[in-house]
Amino acid sequence: MTSSIMNVEITDKVIKEHGLKPDEYQKICGILGRKPNITELGLYSVMWSEHCGYKHSRALLKTLPTKGDKVLQGPGENAGIMDIGQGWAVAFKVESHNHPSAIEPYQGAATGVGGILRDIFTMGARPVANLNSLRFGPLTDPKVKRLFSGVVHGIADYGNCMGIPTVAGEVVFDESYSENCLVNAMSVGLLKHDQIIKGKATGVGNAVIYIGATTGRDGIHGATFASTEITNESTEKRSAVQVADPFMEKLLMEATLELIHGNLLIGIQDMGAAGLTCSTCEMASRGGAGIEIDVAKVPQREKGMSPYEILLSESQERMLLVAKPGCEQKVHDILAKWDLHAATIGVVTDTGRMVVKENGKVVADVPADSLTEAPVYYPAKSEPAILKKHKEFDENSVPIPTNLSEVLEKLISDPTIASKRWVYRQYDHMVRSNTLIRPGSDAAVIRVKGTQLGLAMTIDGLGSYCALDPYEGAKIVVAEAARNIACSGAESIGMTDCLNFGSPEKPEVFYYLDRVVAGLGDACRAFGIPITGGNVSLYNENPTGAIDPTPIIGMMGLFQNVENRITQWFKNEGDFIYLLGSIGQSIGGSRYLAVTHGKKTGLCPTLNLDVELKLHQSLKALADQKLLQSSHDCSDGGFAVALAESCFTGATHEEKSLGATVTLPGDGRVDGRLFGEAQSRVIVSFKAVNTAKVEEVLKKFGVPFEKIGTVGGDALVIGKEVKIGISRLSDLFFTSIEKMMA
Amino acid sequence: MRFSVPVFPGSNCDHDCEYVLRNVENQSVEMIWHKDTDLKNPDCVVVPGGFSYGDYLRTGAIARFSPVMKSVADFAAKGGLVIGICNGFQILCEAGLLPGALLRNKNLKFICQSVYLRTEETNTPFTNACKPHQVLKIPIAHGEGNYFIDADGLKKLKDNHQIVVRYCDSEGKLTPESNPNGSLENIAGICNVNRNVFGLMPHPDRSGEDILGSHDGNYIWKSILWTKVGVQ
Repeated sequence: MTSSIMNVEITDKVIKEHGLKPDEYQKICGILGRKPNITELGLYSVMWSEHCGYKHSRALLKTLPTKGDKVLQGPGENAGIMDIGQGWAVAFKVESHNHPSAIEPYQGAATGVGGILRDIFTMGARPVANLNSLRFGPLTDPKVKRLFSGVVHGIADYGNCMGIPTVAGEVVFDESYSENCLVNAMSVGLLKHDQIIKGKATGVGNAVIYIGATTGRDGIHGATFASTEITNESTEKRSAVQVADPFMEKLLMEATLELIHGNLLIGIQDMGAAGLTCSTCEMASRGGAGIEIDVAKVPQREKGMSPYEILLSESQERMLLVAKPGCEQKVHDILAKWDLHAATIGVVTDTGRMVVKENGKVVADVPADSLTEAPVYYPAKSEPAILKKHKEFDENSVPIPTNLSEVLEKLISDPTIASKRWVYRQYDHMVRSNTLIRPGSDAAVIRVKGTQLGLAMTIDGLGSYCALDPYEGAKIVVAEAARNIACSGAESIGMTDCLNFGSPEKPEVFYYLDRVVAGLGDACRAFGIPITGGNVSLYNENPTGAIDPTPIIGMMGLFQNVENRITQWFKNEGDFIYLLGSIGQSIGGSRYLAVTHGKKTGLCPTLNLDVELKLHQSLKALADQKLLQSSHDCSDGGFAVALAESCFTGATHEEKSLGATVTLPGDGRVDGRLFGEAQSRVIVSFKAVNTAKVEEVLKKFGVPFEKIGTVGGDALVIGKEVKIGISRLSDLFFTSIEKMMA
Repeated sequence: MRFSVPVFPGSNCDHDCEYVLRNVENQSVEMIWHKDTDLKNPDCVVVPGGFSYGDYLRTGAIARFSPVMKSVADFAAKGGLVIGICNGFQILCEAGLLPGALLRNKNLKFICQSVYLRTEETNTPFTNACKPHQVLKIPIAHGEGNYFIDADGLKKLKDNHQIVVRYCDSEGKLTPESNPNGSLENIAGICNVNRNVFGLMPHPDRSGEDILGSHDGNYIWKSILWTKVGVQ
């Protein structure tokens, strides 16, 4: 078996099947000073894929701000880590699992959660919260219902079994994702500063130990698969999707944390994309060392696996570690306690090479660095003509509906805007008894036991804006995520991003990527928020075209005192309601324009970064002085939808909702004022007695504000334009998705 | 008072039980590994929630064979107080310490939300701090919490006053809408005939502090403390 695959001739066809270009093959020959054998070709194939090697995106990603006072670990490790004070740190990262989920939604999504969790506990952090961002085609499509249901079920089963609460997320339904769903999973972990460990191998002669599940033939070439477009033949690549075993991962997590906290390890790395190959070469490369392993010693699930298959398998729930000298027995004792497989499969060397043997015979021998340093490309870009057409769209051609209450009812029932209760009720969002703000508010909040500290977190994306104006759209994504954190009363300290795009080898797609990265960078610099890591998912295309350019932002917020947290829901009859920011009147790029008029076009809203920053600072100051009862940002559906959402008290629809009566500020298009998506706007409520103090803070930061009404009654009344009973509106909001999925 | 919490490899509410007992109730807590048999001389055993051994087969089906559960059964047989929460309840049913079984939720999905419980029996060591028919707000988080028992078994439960808590609405009314998982007669928790073993699907371990949305779980913990300390 082994000899047959070893003897495969490296033809042009074989090189192409491995996703390598002719000049990349020549480069490999140059590095090795000879032709690679098939096993070595496999190693370069996965490590030089976009998924592992970032070859089309690395040059752009390097322009993003990654430094800051609180950054303990920036990009380049399994996850970023930030200081949160009192000796504590938070590790977090978002990652995509789009391609596997499109083919096999349950397993694809579940293993996505498993992968990101391993990234967190590999750093020494105990995972304390999960988030996810999902995008599908329209929910009326039966195929989408199956995908949506499978993905949510997969995420739920994995996170629930692991005992990690899934506390926040977003779901968007849009035609752009009909053939390419997006599944981005984020995880957050807590650790003490002295518990940080990295994925490096050092110390010549130290044992390299494999732990966790056995290696099978599942997921071979997953990373390469994730770096190509989805075609009708993609379902044939189902074997490239891995199978999830959350119980195994739970054992692995507990054992790993016990090993790290027992100070028994030099380095540890999970086997995710590109499996044993990636963990071996990355650990060697980071440690400035070499590694020699023998694949015959790898615990195997199936007989007759070749070195090629063992090295490229993406079987889940496996880790590679280097133990401190003299600690091997203790390592094995802990693994035995958790009934885990463990095998010493190799040794650290000083050669700088990754040497793979099979029963002592060398089957691959390459410089470790050369695998982790994929070629860097600067693809061509050209501005798509469609962008100009969007800008020229005449809003006056859109008729203003006569019944605006009906429009609000339709918007609140739109699956993208409607409550995601159907989703988060399937996630255990309370386990570990830290969840102080559950799913449904602008940001979720968890406490750090034994301290006053708290973490606010949210995950957001805005593909529809980026499709109209990638630069402004990207700025707005960052602003909106940070605004959600600010509304909860916390300060944004860092973020992680996942860039979901089409093929970077198409100049029009690369134009979007280039402008989005520029927008993200400018917003982060303006807000002083570093990016501590993330992921790119390119090639989200199908024969009919690419997805909307979709950057997803996971934002981390910090409370010095978690008692200052705020939810988005009105609390008391008689409280004053203020609009912070200016009302605006454009309908360009809005969900309203798409849902009511069937048009995804127009001028994307614009964002002034200084104005936005002052808004965040004022919200934090108001929260610190405990002046607010509620705070909610205006996003999808604009002013009217934000007001309605503020009325639906409580995330689980179990408490009584409160009505409100407000005026409609501004002048100009009435639908634009109600449903337009102008930026930097927040709706707050507070006790009348605090009016002077609230206004003083807002004036200090120069934030425009206007009193618009009071909380109370059993209807939402907006000027003369809208009047709807709260129980009816609330019912539409909470049951819309449930009815569609019944 | 001394509590012991058995820890299975897939337990994940063991931390929550430990935290509420140690930090909120200020009691002593021992965590007992599933391969061990020494319960460390407890006054009460708390079998926590989670997925004991992954539960791919059937919830709690394998846990009952573990060494620690043998000791828990012996402890219960001698009259020791045992409370099983969520997966702990499932394990106690599988182990035969409590009658009946927990089937998949009626909607076939995992459900995580706050629910209301009506205290049906206050004459138990686990609910004696509650008033008759007191309504408790406590969360659930499970995929298999649909309590079932045959007609004979149900009659025995009723004859012996073993139905301890039922799902209800915020006013204490037993309605079909307030029954989240399809449990027979809204049953959320039961005790054994001797009243020293109690199992329930909702989580008093997640509802011991206002900051978490409810402190009503404390009525359960306080009851246990009162029983043992005898302050009544």
